[in-house]
Amino acid sequence: MPSTRNIRRRIRSVKNTSQITKAMQTVAASKMRKAQTAAINGRPFADLAARILAHAAQSLEDDYSHPLLEKRSGPKRAVIVIGTDKGLCGALNANLFREVSRLDKDHTLFLTAGRKASQFVARTRRQLVAEFSYGDAPTFTDAQAIARAAQDLFLKGEVDAVDVMFPRFVNTLTQTPTTRPLLPMERLWENGDAVVEAKGGNGAAPDYLFEPNAAEVMGALLRYFLDFQILQLLQETKASEQSARMVAMKNATENANQLIKDLTLAYNKIRQAGITTELLDISTAQLAIS
Amino acid sequence: MAANLKLEIVTPEGQVYSRDVDMVLLPARDGELGIFPQHAPLMTLLGTGEIIARSGGQEDRIIVTSGCAEVTGNQVSVLTVFATEEGAVDVEKAEEARRKAEERLKQKLSPEETSLVQASLAHSLAQLKIKRRPRP
Repeated sequence: MPSTRNIRRRIRSVKNTSQITKAMQTVAASKMRKAQTAAINGRPFADLAARILAHAAQSLEDDYSHPLLEKRSGPKRAVIVIGTDKGLCGALNANLFREVSRLDKDHTLFLTAGRKASQFVARTRRQLVAEFSYGDAPTFTDAQAIARAAQDLFLKGEVDAVDVMFPRFVNTLTQTPTTRPLLPMERLWENGDAVVEAKGGNGAAPDYLFEPNAAEVMGALLRYFLDFQILQLLQETKASEQSARMVAMKNATENANQLIKDLTLAYNKIRQAGITTELLDISTAQLAIS
Repeated sequence: MAANLKLEIVTPEGQVYSRDVDMVLLPARDGELGIFPQHAPLMTLLGTGEIIARSGGQEDRIIVTSGCAEVTGNQVSVLTVFATEEGAVDVEKAEEARRKAEERLKQKLSPEETSLVQASLAHSLAQLKIKRRPRP
């Protein structure tokens, strides 16, 4: 049977842990609100951009081509893995990396954002081309750096397609690892929601007038869209991370409190047993004397 | 009027404007465009300036910097990075944003950053200019 002192010590240490997890939970909860708003507010922009691009692409002349739209059938591809910087966020990264580990090792180059993602790619000896970092509130510049790197790989012909893998934010309790095609950009609206709307809306897309001209509008749109797409995905990841951490820390705090309850019960039982034995000793001694 | 135009303005921070209006003036890059309902489908790049939305006797002015707009028969969708409603313009804030942007431009920046800072500078300048213009 453990001594009362040992149990007291354990209770104290569990209490400390629960205080830490409780603090982390509070911090994550406040960051979560901010991150979730950013992610959700960014969605209409990304959707509208996809819709405009899809419309524009449909009414382009046939001989128009843009290097970012070029389809190639080669096997080489690059994947941008967006993970978190810190752990303690439940199974968020683990779930994402399980998807990543299914990819073909030899033909895939990796770009990563977030320290956990680059650690995973390096540890499993995959080809890591570049790693990026982003802060609590991802900025346009963070996104742009990643977009530039991906674009360079694609334009130089080192890869034939670029995908993004990230934990998509569904709600506070659910985040699903998701793969989104990024380049060539035609793939973006081929399997997005935007296309459904574009096609279902009024049949054939209307013939658009372009001001100043199709090539310039398309060029600006594509560049614009790529950067913001990445920014949106970074924000989604951040929202997922903070939500996952909040939930993980909440569970940890609850577990710690349950453990404290159990330990206190055990401690009191032992203490009571000790008192009872002592009382018994005293009364036996008194009986013996009288 | 038979049909209305639905104007929506979306920035990365969310939808900032969504209303039915009678006509819209867009600050296209090469000059202003007036859009009435049933306009031919159009895509245009935007410069820095004001989007003026008229409905009845009322006028809403929204200051935007760079972006693009899609016009279909009854809808105008504006995609832009910076958008500020005229009523929400805060001269002090705009002034400070201008100062900051000018300072940032003096430091060494990557070309990407420079373009963004320049856009933000243009936006704060536009806000100041419009706010300080004499009223008829």
